[in-house]
Amino acid sequence: MQWITAIIKTFKADAVREAIAQLGVQGITVTEVQGFGRQRGHTENYRGAEYRVDLIPKTKIEIAVDDAICEQVVEAIANIARTGKPGDGKIFVSRLHQAVRIRTGEMGADAI
Amino acid sequence: MPLARLTALTPSTLAPRRWLCGARAALATLIIAAATLLATSHTAYADAAAVAPAAATSTTTDATPTPIATAANSAAATAAAAPTPNKGDTAWMLMCTALVLLMSVPALALFYGGLVRQKNMLSVLIQVFVVFSLITVLWCVYGYSLAFTEGNAFIGGFDRLFLNGTFDPVTGAFSLAATFSKNTPLYELVFVAFQATFAAITVCLVLGSIVERIKFPAVLIFAVIWFTISYLPIAHMVWFWAGPDAFTDPSVVAAQTAKGGLLWQWGALDFAGGTVVHINAGFAGLVGAAMLGRRVGFGREAMAPHSLTMTMIGASLLWFGWFGFNAGSAYEANGSAALAFMNTYLATACAVLSWLFGEWLHKGKPSLLGAASGAVAGLVAITPAAGNVGIPGAFVIGTLAGLVCLWGVTGLKRLIKVDDSLDVFGVHALGGVTGALLTGIFNSPKLGGPGFVTDWVTGKTGYADSILAQVIVQAKAVGVTIVWTVIAAYIAFKIADLLVGLRVPEDEEREGLDTTSHGERAYS
Repeated sequence: MQWITAIIKTFKADAVREAIAQLGVQGITVTEVQGFGRQRGHTENYRGAEYRVDLIPKTKIEIAVDDAICEQVVEAIANIARTGKPGDGKIFVSRLHQAVRIRTGEMGADAI
Repeated sequence: MPLARLTALTPSTLAPRRWLCGARAALATLIIAAATLLATSHTAYADAAAVAPAAATSTTTDATPTPIATAANSAAATAAAAPTPNKGDTAWMLMCTALVLLMSVPALALFYGGLVRQKNMLSVLIQVFVVFSLITVLWCVYGYSLAFTEGNAFIGGFDRLFLNGTFDPVTGAFSLAATFSKNTPLYELVFVAFQATFAAITVCLVLGSIVERIKFPAVLIFAVIWFTISYLPIAHMVWFWAGPDAFTDPSVVAAQTAKGGLLWQWGALDFAGGTVVHINAGFAGLVGAAMLGRRVGFGREAMAPHSLTMTMIGASLLWFGWFGFNAGSAYEANGSAALAFMNTYLATACAVLSWLFGEWLHKGKPSLLGAASGAVAGLVAITPAAGNVGIPGAFVIGTLAGLVCLWGVTGLKRLIKVDDSLDVFGVHALGGVTGALLTGIFNSPKLGGPGFVTDWVTGKTGYADSILAQVIVQAKAVGVTIVWTVIAAYIAFKIADLLVGLRVPEDEEREGLDTTSHGERAYS
């Protein structure tokens, strides 16, 4: 089992959710976050005063997937979320040791 | 684990059209404004003829309509001198004007704003705020003149361009407008201001159908055109007449009646704007929503209101301000205003309950949104009826409006399949039609209504030949309004589409109009 964490532009969240649902991903956790990568933010001007904007609002999507579809899901997320402009985000994949469905007590791949 | 090489996409080819849209829209607005200014025929600001008491809208250069000159008449005319506005009426009407302004900003803005998603809140607020201001300015340039001066049965003239003649700085005199009572004038400026707020809110109402995806320049272009070709003629047709003081003698009745707007001549009853405001805006909204297309993700994604708290505040302020809208349409601080006030109060409360219980039975849970929507439905339906029906009428109209409009935003909406985002059609169009037709019924004295003036020379009140006869008149007026506004809305949206395009690009719609159209966040 793999744990995929994708940090993407907020307005791409709906499109990404739809895409991975079609691949068979059944659960998802969505969080509103702030951050920056090399994009680092920029200087903005508001009513005459300049200020730095470092943390940019993004959306974090976390899903647990089977090894079998992990590559497909990552590729789908990247393709949908890409705009070509700075700030598109990142995808992190880590190994998932265990998963449990609380209601039924199922464990492992059955729980995803 | 090696990842497959990600396929490269072609770079996003979003053309930099945003500045182009803004420039084209600004140019379009300038052209329309310039054309309007060029149409000015009267450059002199002071018009001496305006000093004499003139009927509500008869502001032609020949001071007052000339009755047959008998000795008695001319003596009476000079003896009567110039009746001056009553201080109570003036105070009341100025207050009502402010109340109707409140209905637009912030009531309608908050009511609509709370219903959209957070990312679009500011776009709704700014659209209402700016359209309100824009229509106010246009009203004072040419709108008032075209709606409320003498012209033909469909539209007025240019006698009051730039409110020319309403105030004479040389003599310090204010021109006068008529009420529904003889020798009871208002300062014309008060009438101008009061009616300006009506025009402005009507255009703002249409916004509810097109939110979350309309381009801001398109909103402005639509507003200018539709205000001019739909609101102004319909207001003129329903509300323009020569005023009670023009009906001095049975021999002038036919001529004076013929000066009125078409639907006024037919005898259509519309106290505060069921046709002019609500049916007008409701159908225009439907046309706009149909031409715009559905919001991205409609039917699949949740588009729940982001703040029903704001919506409730908006609905409550609408109720408060609507007393100015309805009771103020009596134009005097008198019994008619009191009746309109009570009807507005009662019908709205009935509609809240009927919508709420209807929803409770139908869907299982009573909701705040249902209660607030019920209130607005009741307010809409009682608008043409306010001073035209008695208390029994208020009970019935309010209760029925809640149920009819509940169906309008559920069953009917599913049938029509148009994404009328904030249910402007279901509430305003349906509520307006319901109220307009029921006004014809409950105006009858047999059902507790006050009837209407059948002879403006003597002021005698009566009623139509039968309830059915009056309902038919109402229905004809409703029909004319619907046909006119649908065509006008189509033209207005089409021109906006051709000039700047109607919708924002999809990724801007997904990100939200606040950041993409206005560079702001509502609740950072």
